[in-house]
Amino acid sequence: MASNSILLAGFGGQGILFAGKFLAYKGMVAGKEVSWLPSYGPEMRGGTASCSVILSDTPIGSPIIMHPDCLVAMNLPSLEKYKGSVVPGGKIFLDSTLIDAEVGRDDVQVFAIPATRMALEAGVSTLANMVMVGKLIRECDDLSFDGLDETLHHVVSARRAALFDLNKTALNEGYNYEG
Amino acid sequence: MEEKVLMKGNEAIAEAAIRSGCRHYFGYPITPQTEIAAYMSKVMPKIGGTFLQAESEVAAINMVYGVASTGKRVMTSSSSPGISLKSEGLSYLAGSDLPALVINVQRGGPGLGGIQPSQSDYFQATKGGGHGDYHMIVLAPSSVQEMASLTMKGFELADKYRMTSMILADGTIGQMMEAITFPETKSETVDTPWAVTGTECKRPHNIINSLSLVPEELERFNIQRFERYAEVEKNECMWESYEMEDAEICVVAFGIAARVAKNAIVAARAEGIKAGMIRPITLWPFPKAALYEASKKVKAFVSVELSMGQMIEDIELAIRCSRPVSLCRRVGGVIPNPEEVLNSIREAMKGGN
Amino acid sequence: MIVFDKPKSLTDTPFHYCPGCTHGIVHRLVAEAIDEFGIEGKTIGVAPVGCAVLAYNYFACDMVEAAHGRAPAVATGLKRALPDRVIFTYQGDGDLASIGMAETVHAATRNENITIIFINNAIYGMTGGQMAPTSLPGQVTQTSPYGRDVKTAGYPVKICEILSQLDGPTYLERVAVNNVKNVRNAKKAIRKAFQNQIEGKGFSLIEVISTCPTNWGMTPEKALAWVDEKMIPYYPLGVYTDRSAERGEEEK
Repeated sequence: MASNSILLAGFGGQGILFAGKFLAYKGMVAGKEVSWLPSYGPEMRGGTASCSVILSDTPIGSPIIMHPDCLVAMNLPSLEKYKGSVVPGGKIFLDSTLIDAEVGRDDVQVFAIPATRMALEAGVSTLANMVMVGKLIRECDDLSFDGLDETLHHVVSARRAALFDLNKTALNEGYNYEG
Repeated sequence: MEEKVLMKGNEAIAEAAIRSGCRHYFGYPITPQTEIAAYMSKVMPKIGGTFLQAESEVAAINMVYGVASTGKRVMTSSSSPGISLKSEGLSYLAGSDLPALVINVQRGGPGLGGIQPSQSDYFQATKGGGHGDYHMIVLAPSSVQEMASLTMKGFELADKYRMTSMILADGTIGQMMEAITFPETKSETVDTPWAVTGTECKRPHNIINSLSLVPEELERFNIQRFERYAEVEKNECMWESYEMEDAEICVVAFGIAARVAKNAIVAARAEGIKAGMIRPITLWPFPKAALYEASKKVKAFVSVELSMGQMIEDIELAIRCSRPVSLCRRVGGVIPNPEEVLNSIREAMKGGN
Repeated sequence: MIVFDKPKSLTDTPFHYCPGCTHGIVHRLVAEAIDEFGIEGKTIGVAPVGCAVLAYNYFACDMVEAAHGRAPAVATGLKRALPDRVIFTYQGDGDLASIGMAETVHAATRNENITIIFINNAIYGMTGGQMAPTSLPGQVTQTSPYGRDVKTAGYPVKICEILSQLDGPTYLERVAVNNVKNVRNAKKAIRKAFQNQIEGKGFSLIEVISTCPTNWGMTPEKALAWVDEKMIPYYPLGVYTDRSAERGEEEK
């Protein structure tokens, strides 16, 4: 795939921007062109947060994603808002612990991951976002688990080394989820 | 070569300023540029620099005026409503021929407007904003990489011409992250015999001043200043030509609009329309000559703007209205999507408006 | 034998001030202080917008002309860029107490290490005698032709009293220059304000009750008397804040 546009959306506080940042670093470490664009302003304070990440083998034009290849939805409003915009043949990843609804499209692949429950059970309750990212990496041909440590070092500050392993646990949970 | 780093546009500006030797920053919080102040507040105390959160944008620009008077590199940053407040100071900086760097990460207006991206301060930046005859060098980055490189360029040009450089960015470029490398900084320093640094009782006193009560004298200062501006226009125009060799439609766009336009041009070419783009990097001086040359070859121009149509006037002037120029615009914080730009290109190709 | 000479820190440019105006006296006191500390070569002054706008021609040190009311912000920039230089502003009441109130208060509360000479003559001089923030109740000016009506124009602004409520400033004193004794006190206060800065102690502001015979519509002599009769009772002279004993050590 020459280019992969990923839209992540959920509530403020779910780590949407962080997950996006991780993916952008993931692309950068793999030598790709990357862009990361957040929603910003008061809407983030407890409202919905979204973030657009593009990974590409060629220079990126607009960083704004109209029709994502992948949607990561971590709450119902986000799924409802963005599910129609996903390109035919694209992928939708949803946190099925928090979203009890049908996508209602048969031209996209849907992955329902109980990420919030899985994170809780794995003792990383705040990292459902990274469980979702783990699954995303598994299902996207242009993303791999290679260079994971290097990428994590970019996003987890050295002062909070304990978070490094927790993030890795969450990513692994998602990566290994069959469903 | 330096390592690639993933950074927000706003942070790239702050880091580039520090690498350019800027050790004095004054600002006031306003969305969507606050990351610049936050970055400066973190770094400046560690390197012996000044970060000061001023009581207002008005105070901040006048603190800039104070540091600029000493010949040292200094900057402030704000977003549209804050730039209006700084406009008084911008006029005084121009009137006193002081170098400084001012960042405007634009948001929708007028008034309090919104906080989403906009380009509707084009007139304010390129035609004045403050009172009196003056110009600023206006640089329009369209990537995080350019946020860094144009910040460095902005300081160089400000020093070279004793002018204010403005980075005219927008909320998107400010907030987005891309992987960038920081260019080498040039260490050349400019002589500043005009600066106030204390006479040491060894020279007559220097006066930093914009007041001249004798009309003929004030006229002379204005004319001299515009002779300098003419040099800037001659030497410092920057633009990017994209797919222009065989273009029949010339899209003109800067900043985030140019990023969207690129997608549209790729799509247009895929359906057989020979579209290209001239992307002004300096909005003042405006790349008039490049547009004039293009006007001899293309059928029509499309100005893509996040405003009700401001740059379009400069395009029409540059090409002396020799070709139709249509406008593709969204405002209020809305960014046109590539399909909208593509439609404008199709219309221009058909000769409609 | 020379018994009276012009301070070195003043240029030879003749003052443009009106006969009887006390700007000349205050300029001289500032220049004397600069001479006595031997700091002319390392001092940078900031001129206001108002009658003293041309002060940059009179002081022999490096000078910056600020926008109306912004001198404390400009001085802040200068001081941050050149911490070893001595920075002073010279401002009138419209400049400092009206349009520049925010810059004044915030420079004070930051205890910015600068010296401010504040000329309070209760009127806008340069623009021709309009009501100032410090004009007295009932005072007739061009824009208060029936006398300042406190019901619509409010009360005069008392800068030393206001700033003395802050924890920031190091030294605040109000002086006058309408007689020899007051001039001597003013000189002492101005010296102290420069000394505080030289010793790194912080923000000093000296409010100088001054005259404007032209716009007050009085002879110079009558104007000096009016200072005693009207101005000083409303604006009592004295030290309002003095933290100079406790300041400076922590910075060193």
